[in-house]
Amino acid sequence: MSAVPSHDVLIIGAGLAGQRAALAAAGTGATVGIVSKVHPVRSHSVAAAGGINAALNPDDTWESHAYDTIKGSDYLGDQDAIEIMCRAAPEEILWLEHAGVTFHRDHTGHLGTRAFGGASAARTYYVADITGQAILHVLYEQLMKHHEQLARYEEWFTTDLLQDDEGRCVGAVCRNLRDGRLEVFNAKSTILACGGAGQVYEPTTNGLIVTGDGIAQAYRLGARLMDMEMVQYHPTCLAGNGILITEGARGEGAWLLNAKGERFMERYAPNKLELASRDVVSRAEQTEINEGRGFPDGTVALDITKVPRQRTLEALREIVNIGRDFAGVDITREPIRIRPGQHYVMGGVKTDADGRTTIPGLYAAGEVACVSVHGGNRLGANSLLDTLIFGRRAGEHAASLQRQIPMPKTPAARALETERRIAAIIARDKRPGYRRVAQIKAELGASMNEHVAVFRDAAGLQTAHETIRRLKQEEPRAAIDDSGSVFNQDVIAAIELGYMLDVAEAIVVAAKERKESRGAQFRTDFPKRNDEDWLKHVDISRNGDATPNVSYSPVTITRWQPQERTY
Amino acid sequence: MPDYTLKIRRSDPARGVAAHWEAHTVTLRERASVLDAILELKGERDGSIGIRCSCQQGICGSCGVRINGRPGLACNTHLEEAAARRPAWGTAGGTDAGTPDDRDRSIVNGNLIEVEPLGNMPVIRDLIVDMDAVHWKKIRRITPWLLGAEPVPEREYIVAHDAMVDVTQSMACIQCGACVSDCLSMEVDPEFVGPAALAKAYRFVGDPRDAAQRERLHDLSHDPHGLYDCTHCFNCMDACPKGVAPVSQIMRLRRIAGSDHTIVDPNNGYRHEHAFVRNIRRNGLLHEADLLPDSYGGKLHPRAIPELISSLPTVLTALLRGKVTPAKALGHPHKAPAAVRRLFDVIGAREQRIELNLYVAGIEDEPLRAPRTDEPTPLHLHPPEEADA
Ligand SMILES: Cc1cc2nc3c(=O)[nH]c(=O)nc-3n(C[C@H](O)[C@H](O)[C@H](O)COP(=O)(O)OP(=O)(O)OC[C@H]3O[C@@H](n4cnc5c(N)ncnc54)[C@H](O)[C@@H]3O)c2cc1C
Ligand code: SF4
Ligand code: SF4
Ligand code: FES
Repeated sequence: MSAVPSHDVLIIGAGLAGQRAALAAAGTGATVGIVSKVHPVRSHSVAAAGGINAALNPDDTWESHAYDTIKGSDYLGDQDAIEIMCRAAPEEILWLEHAGVTFHRDHTGHLGTRAFGGASAARTYYVADITGQAILHVLYEQLMKHHEQLARYEEWFTTDLLQDDEGRCVGAVCRNLRDGRLEVFNAKSTILACGGAGQVYEPTTNGLIVTGDGIAQAYRLGARLMDMEMVQYHPTCLAGNGILITEGARGEGAWLLNAKGERFMERYAPNKLELASRDVVSRAEQTEINEGRGFPDGTVALDITKVPRQRTLEALREIVNIGRDFAGVDITREPIRIRPGQHYVMGGVKTDADGRTTIPGLYAAGEVACVSVHGGNRLGANSLLDTLIFGRRAGEHAASLQRQIPMPKTPAARALETERRIAAIIARDKRPGYRRVAQIKAELGASMNEHVAVFRDAAGLQTAHETIRRLKQEEPRAAIDDSGSVFNQDVIAAIELGYMLDVAEAIVVAAKERKESRGAQFRTDFPKRNDEDWLKHVDISRNGDATPNVSYSPVTITRWQPQERTY
Repeated sequence: MPDYTLKIRRSDPARGVAAHWEAHTVTLRERASVLDAILELKGERDGSIGIRCSCQQGICGSCGVRINGRPGLACNTHLEEAAARRPAWGTAGGTDAGTPDDRDRSIVNGNLIEVEPLGNMPVIRDLIVDMDAVHWKKIRRITPWLLGAEPVPEREYIVAHDAMVDVTQSMACIQCGACVSDCLSMEVDPEFVGPAALAKAYRFVGDPRDAAQRERLHDLSHDPHGLYDCTHCFNCMDACPKGVAPVSQIMRLRRIAGSDHTIVDPNNGYRHEHAFVRNIRRNGLLHEADLLPDSYGGKLHPRAIPELISSLPTVLTALLRGKVTPAKALGHPHKAPAAVRRLFDVIGAREQRIELNLYVAGIEDEPLRAPRTDEPTPLHLHPPEEADA
């Protein structure tokens, strides 16, 4: 490794979006560096279970896929970007298949599909219920294969993005977790692929590493965020720990039942039943629970025994394990208790369809970004697709700049600032009454889950905002225990806490702003969708005094006019 | 809520902190995992405890550790289940984990859980091991990407449903390193390619889309640290949290190498396996005295002599332990019953080899294909250690 790592394209994050971007950029001949705070196969894309959408069957059409996505988004998705994604989907599936993904086959040996929520055709391609893992591992195989063009920085943590005097992003400062060394990375263009921000909530289906780093880093640099109020609650999560039971279970035929044994979705979505959009199903469950028809532990039941046992064992093996290991339930023999749980952030760093953010030289792709293809509500199995399509496009576009601009030469001394910041965190002392990072994080998560969840109102959002502001005051004083340099996870957790508070504030401010109900944002004080005033994106950027600034941008509508949304 | 004594093996070589045990008492809800306990400690008491973790649901493969002497994932091992295991010492890959006396004292209190880093890999700090230097290096060794058959079809490759499910078993590997930790062969031969990488190799060899099946198998069987270096200790099968059963994948690789490609390797793996089959066919039960010479083409084959001499110590031990007696070695106490020979004939005559893959066949208690009543009952095999003399 050279003294100052310099790459045409620097990619931060090695989940599906980052790895796909890396392969695309390297494919054009650019030199690529890919940084990840965990080994790439530990990225949270690994947890994606159910599958990936594409209109690849001859009797399916990309238009149908696009329409379902737009309707799912509650018309907040940008239709030009959605068209791009849905048209490109079939080719991407075939690319993955040729690279080695072990997609499920039907009895003729062709690719087989399963049904997913909000879709008018069975167009979800899958590998049992380890689709994300299977794709992530195959992409990593390709990274190993192309190691000559692709430098991997595994277990390196990006602390800051770098900007030159003209405001262009010219790389990043990263810390090698193995020895604590800080390094300035030079890059002609930088792609953020840091994933979502689920840890802002507790519980969540997202892993401990999903702390919104990329969203916060871009925000701090001055980039615009968009649709931040749109936070998806997945309908089927385990009560205690928030672990997800894939939508694939309902796709395979599982039912939702309340404590009285009623298939309650018949009342909320008579046509699509359990396979309505996620926002619709989560609201239905929460209503059942709130109105006393749930179980005493605040859950309803998912009955997977409706799926033939042999099929469950073959296609839903992972949730058989999850049921056994994390709930003590054999899902092939009895219903399992579930409830809605935080799962996905539709919002993120605002980009165009080539992944460009509002900061020159800075791209974003995957869950960290907001193109916006998901609008108010993401359809199941559309996120993996989003990461791959827009990861590839960002990679290609970023690489195309390599011949036009010289390699920036940021002095290594730029890392000193970060070094001082880290030293200061380590030096914080434990005055009486100091709070631990974990405590602040837990309070944040509980507050978000209470007030910024399936149902919201002005008072609750205000309470959450005040909590966040207080935690922001406490955060700089949260002392840590570890002063070492080798795998100092304590110092990383303290930095991540700062990112999470920024992201949480952006979510709450956007949710307060949108005074209507659309997609995942349901305001009990404004229970109707209001296209006249709110068919627009809420954008958040950072004021000079570090408070969030609200603005709007239009929704792109091509050929699908907003209609009433029923399932 | 039950109390547990959690002993964590800590070290920080970079700061000269040698490995030592650190004991904590934790009180946690039912069904809490070992990782929950460690995170509770990190969050509330000591943020410097080093452990990799993310998903908390057994899918990212970060949190491989040894718990009461057994490798596995901290996040899907429950405290009560872990405490019920008796800490074992002197097992493969384990660090120097205190004296048996220490352990006996703590076992008495019933709720002791000892967590230490995975074995067979250098420790970086606390529970964090150098996966790259061992595990990933071995993965890279096996050409870990698909060498797709040409011509690449315009649409998808056509592949039988069962074949895809079959490789999905090895695809299910989350690269956690638990199997590597306790692999007995790797302990003896650090160069051994090892269970996880060989399981990964099967993922390509078993994939009908891969064009390099023979080359891959030739490579792995000719490597002295490759396909035939596994001693069938089955530790990897017990260790694996995802049911990958690396040793089964290794057996499949060997069967394809030997039976489909007749790859005769310099490590004598091929001959040994065939001698084994012949031996059973002839004797019904394994007749160990014949096995070795058979592997080299008969008692008097010139190649057999040096190998026979080099295995004298093993033979002597076997004699001393009464595993082999001179009478048994020279006489032929067994003759295969007709049923055994018939079994060989029936199976040998099949056009296709039927691989028992539980991913395809369902799970143990509910076989997909009910056994046919007109077939003889399956042979009871020797325990593996004994079989591989
Ligand atoms: C349980 C679960 C199931 C899901 N199932 C499905 C499904 O079936 N279908 C579907 O379409 N979608 C599904 N999703 C959603 C989908 O998996 C994610 O949205 C998607 O995988 C995100 O990919 P990504 O590449 O954007 O981010 P991630 O995979 O989260 O990767 C983020 C990367 O950024 C790196 N990183 C972050 N911060 C830093 C930093 N500061 N420095 C360096 N590196 C950093 C991380 O190390 C990681 O490599 C599921 C999500 C969950 C949680
Ligand atoms: S069975 Fe073979 S590969 Fe598995 S642990 Fe034992 S020696 Fe290693
Ligand atoms: S085979 Fe099993 S134990 Fe070994 S690395 Fe893979 S998942 Fe872990
Ligand atoms: S934390 Fe992911 S496997 Fe244990």
